[in-house]
Amino acid sequence: MSDAADFELLLRQALTPVDPPADMSERIEGTLVNLTEIAADELEAWELSAMRDPRNWARPAAAVVVGTTAGAALVVLRARQRRRRARPHGVLDAAEQALKDVYGEARKFLPKS
Amino acid sequence: MATTEKTKAQLDAEFSDLYRRHLRDVYSYSYYRVGNHHDAEDLTEQTFLQAYRHFERAQRESNGRPLRPWLIRIAHNLAANFYRDRSRKPQTSIEDAAIISAPHDTETLVEGREELKAILEGVQKLPDDRREALVMRFALGMDNREIARAMGRSDGATKVLIHRAIRQLEEIVKTPEEEDS
Repeated sequence: MSDAADFELLLRQALTPVDPPADMSERIEGTLVNLTEIAADELEAWELSAMRDPRNWARPAAAVVVGTTAGAALVVLRARQRRRRARPHGVLDAAEQALKDVYGEARKFLPKS
Repeated sequence: MATTEKTKAQLDAEFSDLYRRHLRDVYSYSYYRVGNHHDAEDLTEQTFLQAYRHFERAQRESNGRPLRPWLIRIAHNLAANFYRDRSRKPQTSIEDAAIISAPHDTETLVEGREELKAILEGVQKLPDDRREALVMRFALGMDNREIARAMGRSDGATKVLIHRAIRQLEEIVKTPEEEDS
């Protein structure tokens, strides 16, 4: 084997792929699902009677946006950063806190009525 | 057209597939770019959220080509913003990477450790574009064409870039003390 090939072999050994944390994949997918559900809840909670007034149409529209587009990215990251600052003690605490965080951030994207 | 338009459920399923196939690639790239797991996690999340937002268009415009270079390019751009916004420099503690995740047996690890460490330190001294090209080639296993697409260069220019990066790294590794002192 040539020197160049030897060096490339070493380089391949040095630059090994780095495995992400085991829970990372589930966490991100779960957060996206949560956001979609929260946005759907916003739509359901909005009484049909309120929809007669066109001034209220922006609110459910914003809920859809939160669940599906750029808003989602901001919500997820802010919620996660907040979770990091205040580490919960147990699994249930963590789940409850995560939901509260995501819901709180999602509400910021909705226009105030 | 029913044959070309996809439902949201289809797109989500395809995005999930893309995500699972390339999570490790994006995370590895991010890690070698920022040098620590904490920021690599953030960068990886942001990359996939950004990708989710533009997935439909990317699929349309890819003409069936792999989307990995597109993902890495998103990570590259986000990392550039990350440093610009926070006035940060990459951390140099990536020597842990080989030790954390490499499938070395003990004997190989002990024998090769100093050599691998010297190579990783040398990689950190390379210009950004050369370092990134090497990470894509050796950590992610991307071919020249994929790297070219990720870096927005021609195939030929990418081949030259990688060749020069390896040669420069060899020189750095051969003479580390002289350079440091």
